[in-house]
Amino acid sequence: MDVISNLTMDERRRALLILLVMALVGLTFAAAGHGDPIAVHGALVLVLSLALAFPVMGHLYDPEPSIERFNAYYDDPSKVGVILTFVWAAFAMFVGDWVAWLMVEPTWTTGSAWSSFGRLRPVHTTGVIFGFGGNGLIATSFYVMQRTCRVRLPDQLSPWFVLIGYNLFCILAVTGYLLGITQSKEYAEPEWYADLWLVIVWVTYFVLYMRTLARREEPHIYVANWYYMAFILVVAMLHIVNNLAVPVSFLSAKSHSLFSGVQDALTEWWYGHNAVAFFLTAGFLGMMYYYLPIRAGRPIFSYRLSIISFWGITFMYMWVGSHHLHHTALPQWVQTLGMTFSLVLLVPSWGSAANALLTLNGAWHKVRDDATLRFMMIAAVFYGLTTFEGSFMAIRSVNALSHYTDWTVGHVHAGALGWVAMITFGALYASIPWLWKRERMYSPALVEVHFWLALSGTAVYVFALWNAGIIQGLMWRTYTENGNLAYTFLDSVVAMRPYYIARALGGLLYLLGALAGCLNLYLTIRFAAPATEAASRKPLRDGLDDAATQPAE
Amino acid sequence: MALGERDPVTGYLTTGHEWNGIKELNTPVPRIVYVFLSLTTTFGLIYWLLMPALPLGTTYTKGLLGYDERRVVERAVAHAEAERAPWHEVLDRQDFASFAADPAAMQEIREAGRLLFGQNCAACHGIHATGNTGFPNLAAGALNWGDRPEVLQQTIRVGVNSDHPESRTAQMPAFGQDGILSRPEVDAVIAYVHDLSRDGTAVSALAHPAGARIFAAQCAACHGADARGKADVGAPNLTDTTWLYGGDLQTIFQTVWYGRQGHMPSWEARLGARNVKLLAAYVADLRTRQP
Ligand code: HEC
Ligand code: HEC
Ligand code: HEM
Repeated sequence: MDVISNLTMDERRRALLILLVMALVGLTFAAAGHGDPIAVHGALVLVLSLALAFPVMGHLYDPEPSIERFNAYYDDPSKVGVILTFVWAAFAMFVGDWVAWLMVEPTWTTGSAWSSFGRLRPVHTTGVIFGFGGNGLIATSFYVMQRTCRVRLPDQLSPWFVLIGYNLFCILAVTGYLLGITQSKEYAEPEWYADLWLVIVWVTYFVLYMRTLARREEPHIYVANWYYMAFILVVAMLHIVNNLAVPVSFLSAKSHSLFSGVQDALTEWWYGHNAVAFFLTAGFLGMMYYYLPIRAGRPIFSYRLSIISFWGITFMYMWVGSHHLHHTALPQWVQTLGMTFSLVLLVPSWGSAANALLTLNGAWHKVRDDATLRFMMIAAVFYGLTTFEGSFMAIRSVNALSHYTDWTVGHVHAGALGWVAMITFGALYASIPWLWKRERMYSPALVEVHFWLALSGTAVYVFALWNAGIIQGLMWRTYTENGNLAYTFLDSVVAMRPYYIARALGGLLYLLGALAGCLNLYLTIRFAAPATEAASRKPLRDGLDDAATQPAE
Repeated sequence: MALGERDPVTGYLTTGHEWNGIKELNTPVPRIVYVFLSLTTTFGLIYWLLMPALPLGTTYTKGLLGYDERRVVERAVAHAEAERAPWHEVLDRQDFASFAADPAAMQEIREAGRLLFGQNCAACHGIHATGNTGFPNLAAGALNWGDRPEVLQQTIRVGVNSDHPESRTAQMPAFGQDGILSRPEVDAVIAYVHDLSRDGTAVSALAHPAGARIFAAQCAACHGADARGKADVGAPNLTDTTWLYGGDLQTIFQTVWYGRQGHMPSWEARLGARNVKLLAAYVADLRTRQP
């Protein structure tokens, strides 16, 4: 296996050591945690680490890789990351559409516990946010940081540790839900041992990023790196604080949170909204700031706007989590802060969206012809739309209507399908030919098909749930003349049926688009024509020495 | 640092940096950004002045408007209570017969009852009270415990096989599982019961004499010699076409072999006496309105 032989002997030895330690830890849990679901996870870790350890052992004494490698960026982890991103997309969007149909026809389960709605839903949310989104961020961040720092990754082992370790976390999370393991915090469901593992992985990621930046050959740090850094740093902080918990025992999957009651709710939504901010926004803005100008062949519209938007978003987002707890036991003054900061937050948010769209000035003909660039353009539009909607919903009186309804879910998916996934697909379609040194994607027509499926799927989904949410909200607050509520909750459930059908169909369109992307990825890797020497230099000067002959200044 | 170059499309200078081919324009931040930043910030500051906003150790700034969400809700609840007091009077004092004679009261019972029923009972009994397997149809057909409003009120108040101290108890014994009857005996008696609703007691007894004998010995104590049920023990009428669990042979076998103890929650503690009474009137009215 080339990938393994390309590691240095020292890196191979260290990789083997890490895998054996992991196998040992897995074995301990598997053997000692009898009866507890943690034993299943122990066995899983054992099997996965051995499955990786064997090929490493087989190549342990291969010769050292050629020093030629220092003349090129290290892209193997990005390639695997891109493939994993598509795999997670297909899997998690399939589960998403399944749970969407369950809301239309609750009997469409296998009848066993793992296939109940309550267990499948977090499989979907974790799968798309962390599996699909996270892998997309990691794969592109490795790619972007090397190019914008004009330096090769400092070593070859830590990017693999980050990528594989992160995916192990996602697998532990998703299989855990199916087994019934959860700490019942939305978007932070995995239990203590998975959380600890993620801390190790994430700190390694942070150190890797810092080391790359420290070695950079460019005098300045490009803005995309600021966003990626904010994503990595703040997610570490959020993850650690929200998951502070005491396990029932070291051989049990169950733990108890350090927080309770309204403190727990506020900590959870401080985490939850900053996950939106720094995972689903900052990271993907980093992606946008690299791929959009490159693909459009245009300079960023305004350096200054990107900087004030960055600090605006970073500062303001920290305060707004309480808008998820309007009209609850949370003291009203905390709600006030959440609402007012949410309103100010709109300005830097729109600043970023406008900066992206204005960058396209002079390249609109490319947007028309190139579906990849169009993915990124539409992403910026949806980013603007979602943040406007978010600030609107954060107003207490609006939230009184929207809260607990499917409007929230509609808002989320304008952000998730329209912004996060579209920018990711755009970035991936741009990276794939560059990574695999292909002329272009195997089928540009299929990219076009994916674009229209994604756009129509998002539109159907979001319109259906806007309607659904507003109808629900109104039904729950309509009174008769005598002062009785006019509708029961069940009436509102019955009224949702057509919208839920539409949503599930919209989701199906989106899923089909993602599958078209998977197919295109496969065809490109297997069959697309290799790029000619000249093309691989344009639009990117891809080799390090090549870049060195053309100094940036 | 190299001097920036001029971008031909926008006419702005770049910052002079380049990363992997990406350049940035040094465009000033558009004025409108500052305008909106000041507007939203000003709004925020004014809102902070007017509303509860800033923590002060153990308390917080109350705001110039003195608005307190908790007090607003308390006042709204008190207001609604006061408005509904006359109607509550009517509900508490009048009996079921006088409701029926009072169109205004009936109108209110239908409206409020539909809501209470929808929020609390529909999950089991269905939104139109027409029931599901194991959950009786309340809107039409025979009821096991009787259907006078006072009886309904009692059933709703204490429940069936619930943990309320006065709960009604419905115990259909598990004749097969507990070894009271053998398999052939169960087969015989279920054949007899199965034909009751179609042929009546006499004809079915002729067709299944053994079953009829077992029925008289084992079942009649609760279901009555004529199999028409007994409301005091909640034993259903087995000669009509209303079935709680089902009238096919397979289901009757399940019922007799494994027994049945349906669970109907007690609503006294959760809904209060007034709402229980209202629901009883609502269900009784529903039944009179069925074709
Ligand atoms: C101790 C009293 C008692 C005895 C004895 C008894 N039953 Fe029952 N039976 C009940 C009660 C109470 C129910 C209603 C169960 C419920 O509400 O869950 C019932 C329900 C049934 C039903 C279900 C009716 C429906 O609507 O689905 C059938 C059938 C039945 N009994 C048949 C029999 C037969 C046959 C026997 C004699 C072998 C028998 N029962 C003896 C009390 C009794
Ligand atoms: C958890 C499910 C459930 C809910 C909720 C429920 N019920 Fe029931 N109810 C039952 C079952 C089961 C029975 C049949 C009990 C038996 O086996 O005799 C029943 C029986 C009844 C009966 C007696 C029927 C008869 O045959 O005599 C009445 C009346 C009734 N329910 C009214 C209500 C009302 C009113 C509400 C709402 C406040 C309600 N129920 C909520 C399950 C439920
Ligand atoms: C200015 C930016 C934004 C603001 C002010 C904002 C505000 C809000 C508000 C008020 C809610 C509803 C809370 C409730 O009533 O329960 C919400 C929910 C949510 N938003 Fe946003 N939003 C913003 C941008 C985004 C973006 C870009 C995404 C990306 C996907 C996103 C994802 C979510 C998610 C996942 C939820 C659901 C939380 C839950 O599970 O209840 N938001 N947001």
